Amino acid sequence: MAELTRKGLGGFLARQGILVAFAVFMIAFAVANPRFIDIDNVFGVIRSSAILGVMALGVTFVVIGGNLDLSVGSMMSFSTIVVLDLHDKIGPTLAIPSMFLMTMALGAFIGILVGYLKLNSLIVTLGMLSAIHGLTLTYSGGKNMDIADKEGTWFAVFGQGGIAGVPMPILMFAALAIILSIILSRTPFGRKVYAVGGNGVAATFSGIPRARVVFMTYLMSSFCVATAGLIQASRSMGSQNTVGQGMELEVLAAVILGGASLLGGAGTIFKTVIGVLILGFIQNGLLLLGLAFYAQYVVTWIIIILAVWLDIAAKRGGLWSRIA
Amino acid sequence: MTDQTPALRLEGIVKTFPGVRALDGVSFTVMPGEVHALMGENGAGKSTLMKVLGGILAPNEGQIFIEEQPTIMSSPMNAKAKGVVFIHQELSLADELSVAENIWLGELPKKSFGRVDWTKLYDETDAILKTLNVGFDARKRVGDLSIANQQMVEIARALTVEPRAVIFDEPTASLTDAEKVVLFEVISDLQSRGVGVIYISHRMEEIFKITDRISVLRDGQYRGTLNTAETNEEEVTHLMIGRTLDLSRNAVTHEMGEVALEVRSLSCGDLFSDVSFTVRRGEVVGFYGLVGAGRTEIAETLFGLREPSSGTIHLGGEEVTINSPADAIKRGISLVPEDRKGQGLILGMNCRDNMTLPQVSDLTAGPFVSDGAEVAIFDQYRDKLDIRTPGWRQTVGNLSGGNQQKIVIGKWLSMRPEVLIVDEPTRGIDVGSKSEIHNLIRELASQGYAVIVISSEMPEVLHVSDRIVAMFSGRVMREFTAEEVTEDSLIQAISGIGADKVA
Amino acid sequence: MNNTTRANLIKQGAIWAFIVVELAFFSIAGEFLSVTDSAFMDFDNMLLLLKQSAPIGIIALGMTIIMINGNIDLSVGATFALAAIVLLDSMTWPFMQALGNWAIPLAWLFALATGVILGAINGLIVWKTGVDAFIVTLGSMLGYRGLVFMYNGEQPTSHLNWTLVDFAEAQFLGLHTATWFLLGAGLLLWLLMTRTVHGRNAYAIGNNRDAAVNAGIRVGPHFLWNFMLIGFLAALSAVVFYSESGSVNPNDGMLYELWAITAVVLGGTKLSGGYGSIISTLGGVIAIQLLRKGLGHIGADTETVNLVIGLILIAVLFLDRQLNRKGKEELRT
Repeated sequence: MAELTRKGLGGFLARQGILVAFAVFMIAFAVANPRFIDIDNVFGVIRSSAILGVMALGVTFVVIGGNLDLSVGSMMSFSTIVVLDLHDKIGPTLAIPSMFLMTMALGAFIGILVGYLKLNSLIVTLGMLSAIHGLTLTYSGGKNMDIADKEGTWFAVFGQGGIAGVPMPILMFAALAIILSIILSRTPFGRKVYAVGGNGVAATFSGIPRARVVFMTYLMSSFCVATAGLIQASRSMGSQNTVGQGMELEVLAAVILGGASLLGGAGTIFKTVIGVLILGFIQNGLLLLGLAFYAQYVVTWIIIILAVWLDIAAKRGGLWSRIA
Repeated sequence: MTDQTPALRLEGIVKTFPGVRALDGVSFTVMPGEVHALMGENGAGKSTLMKVLGGILAPNEGQIFIEEQPTIMSSPMNAKAKGVVFIHQELSLADELSVAENIWLGELPKKSFGRVDWTKLYDETDAILKTLNVGFDARKRVGDLSIANQQMVEIARALTVEPRAVIFDEPTASLTDAEKVVLFEVISDLQSRGVGVIYISHRMEEIFKITDRISVLRDGQYRGTLNTAETNEEEVTHLMIGRTLDLSRNAVTHEMGEVALEVRSLSCGDLFSDVSFTVRRGEVVGFYGLVGAGRTEIAETLFGLREPSSGTIHLGGEEVTINSPADAIKRGISLVPEDRKGQGLILGMNCRDNMTLPQVSDLTAGPFVSDGAEVAIFDQYRDKLDIRTPGWRQTVGNLSGGNQQKIVIGKWLSMRPEVLIVDEPTRGIDVGSKSEIHNLIRELASQGYAVIVISSEMPEVLHVSDRIVAMFSGRVMREFTAEEVTEDSLIQAISGIGADKVA
Repeated sequence: MNNTTRANLIKQGAIWAFIVVELAFFSIAGEFLSVTDSAFMDFDNMLLLLKQSAPIGIIALGMTIIMINGNIDLSVGATFALAAIVLLDSMTWPFMQALGNWAIPLAWLFALATGVILGAINGLIVWKTGVDAFIVTLGSMLGYRGLVFMYNGEQPTSHLNWTLVDFAEAQFLGLHTATWFLLGAGLLLWLLMTRTVHGRNAYAIGNNRDAAVNAGIRVGPHFLWNFMLIGFLAALSAVVFYSESGSVNPNDGMLYELWAITAVVLGGTKLSGGYGSIISTLGGVIAIQLLRKGLGHIGADTETVNLVIGLILIAVLFLDRQLNRKGKEELRT
């Protein structure tokens, strides 16, 4: 039966369905409103998707490795608050690496719990969602953070700068996507991530240090979160404690939309980027059609279910499940 | 027997899946009070046939008769209601629930408001358990029972109806000898009550011990029925594979090299204790014993997956500590594990990536995995082991069992190990591929590999080994050379009889 | 075999032991650190605690059943909010206002029906498409929240009915209305899960789905009923809470799913399904609320509650694993 999915239009749709859906969607919206594919609009969409996107890149590693990460939202709030706070205390040059270290320490902690201690990742990261949220509030004393002297610092470059007209968040997102894509698809480490997620026991039996690989995926995820926090902080130069709240599920939605299996072992960085862009362009397209921002929630819901449904329908060779 | 009404009769059953004719006009008859063996290689259609019988699959053509009444089985429940009960190979029990709830799963007695009638449930269950003569009661949590007792719960399920035919699918796979005796008693009890028993097994000795007739399937076709009393293993095998299988003793003796692996009084908790043996280059040492005798655990310890509680391991004369599979691989030990799909392969990955997985860190050009080096390794072992696949991009999950096993063997051969351990190398593999893998193991030894073969199949162990280590309950009972071993002495050793003979 | 029963007792008793430890700790620590003079173990304080446990608690009861059945529901927070909007808004409809106080039961009915319908949508999708419940409800968490916003934009929806407020603030035998709802729902669901065929089948499905299917248990309808049940309970929780508060923000109920899951896991329900108990979940709910109140009592910032609960959740997971370990002989995979 697996043979059948390989052939014909159905097979093509099964493999590249998300790309096709994306293309159809873009064309439909472009016809409805030409402003949709205006270069400024496109840049605007990608720029506002960049923060979500950077986080989704890291979570892609975690998910392919067979785990979940629900803590990225509150971790992003943490890194944003920390870098804003440290900026005024020790200056941006020291604040940025310090924030990266602190965020990645959290990632390492999760990595130890899930990788080395083999605790269930859903619950661990659920716990960390709450714990890091508490940590952030404790750190900030519950207050919003603001950079005092917004004019006298170069810190805004990550969120507001640009090179040759391309906004900096887009460049960072793209660069990170390319580097991580190469790591995932071309290096031994990437192969091991797929192996561990595909069948952790078999990976162990092949001499792959499963715990270390899982640990690394969380470390990479926290690196991406720190980058996202940096962009967020630099863009707004001030932030609430809850800036990343709820993003963990949006990030996961983008990754799933890109076709990564929650069971692990499948997915690519490229597809995650597509997933992120779809979410971004839907939001934008609906806004341009004059619908309120929350219309995208409903559309995203339908698209996620349809995407995953069609994916598994192609694999089982039938639209409806065999659940009695 | 011929005057009786058959308990169950199948006529011209055809079942097709897209592109495959899984059952092609199968007919056979089970008389009341007979034990009827159903045999065939993997993929011959046995399980499809049983699913048709059990109401899990609907046949495309053909007719099922229960006591000569034409019947349609629409679901497992429907089949059961009609007196056809399927006892699954893989235990399908809910281990958090009680024995009673498991036995009446799906048909718990009801009172008003959908409440469970516990009194009735426990009373009826205890009555059934009494006839099975087991040492647990209806309220026991299934997860707390031994595997054999769980099997009894499965069997008890069959007795909630007045069964006409009971299908046993490989029921002895995980039973000890003592437990098998109990099972066989239950079967003969069913027999005496006039129930037709269909018994699926690969184990010839059991088939010849308890069955009355043997029906054979090959490639989805019915090949014939033999009276057990009038036939022998050879004839059955011939019917199954269409030729006779060579399981003669291994006679070729080439030069043995120096000792590659020596294990001195190795122990690991309750799993095994005081195990000592040596393996030379060019030698195949077979480990024979019952499931649970500790053989796989020894292999896992040698491969760094378990921590020994005492004893030493010597490789090439040097004492070593092995803390992880990575350690073991570095020191030249390879393990082809017992559970091919669970431990050996990543089913969603392609053939090449599976094969090169243990050495992927070394197959690099700069920081990247070298495509060329990987494909070269794959091509080399595909040719060497005659792996039949459309190409390296093929997902391993789509290959046949035999080809999958060759991928795993190729994976470990490409590591050029000093010591190769193969655990149940032919489990779930059809007879044709079996002998290919046997020949391969012999050939590897002649090339100077030190090979350990762990197997639960006596013909296999006898066929491939130069020396046989017999194990019972975590201990080495005896070592045999290929010349001195006899089937009787081997069976005695692995059953714990003749422990006094150990030097 | 005695060992296994003892291990089971320890497992089921653990959450109550934890509650006792919390009570003792906060009572003693409160003597030294308390910002107020009142004792922690004050009777009124405990009654209030039960009342405050109710909104998350009622949802957590439903989550227990969903998780025993082998699924998860991330959309309960949004369902909660939407049911609340229907409850409050429906009372302002002209024909409802004409009914006087008879509008109240009708409004409740509308709200509960909303919950049941939203649950049924989840259940049907899980059943018919075969998409994992995690993904389905992750999607509907967004989708239902979108519906919440569509109803009244970003404006809060308010309607205060004093009869309703009186009812919600009433105390019967000392317990608040909300507490009665929590305990009542707990009792009924406990009976459902331990005494009825539906409940036992839900355990069987979560424990070994193939076995249940082979035994002829229809998995799909069980999923559907249980999702309708949790939808109903999320709506019930909204009814209980908003009868008193009378105003709902479109962001209300966010993260409730995570709190509910935390309570369920603290109560010892297995993530993989097939094992768990309604009573232990009640313990989990109370333990979280105790922690929240207790930390406030000893003067810790409310912020630290999140930190402590998160770490406790992880610690519970760690302890559970340590207890189930087989020691050194274990396979190192």
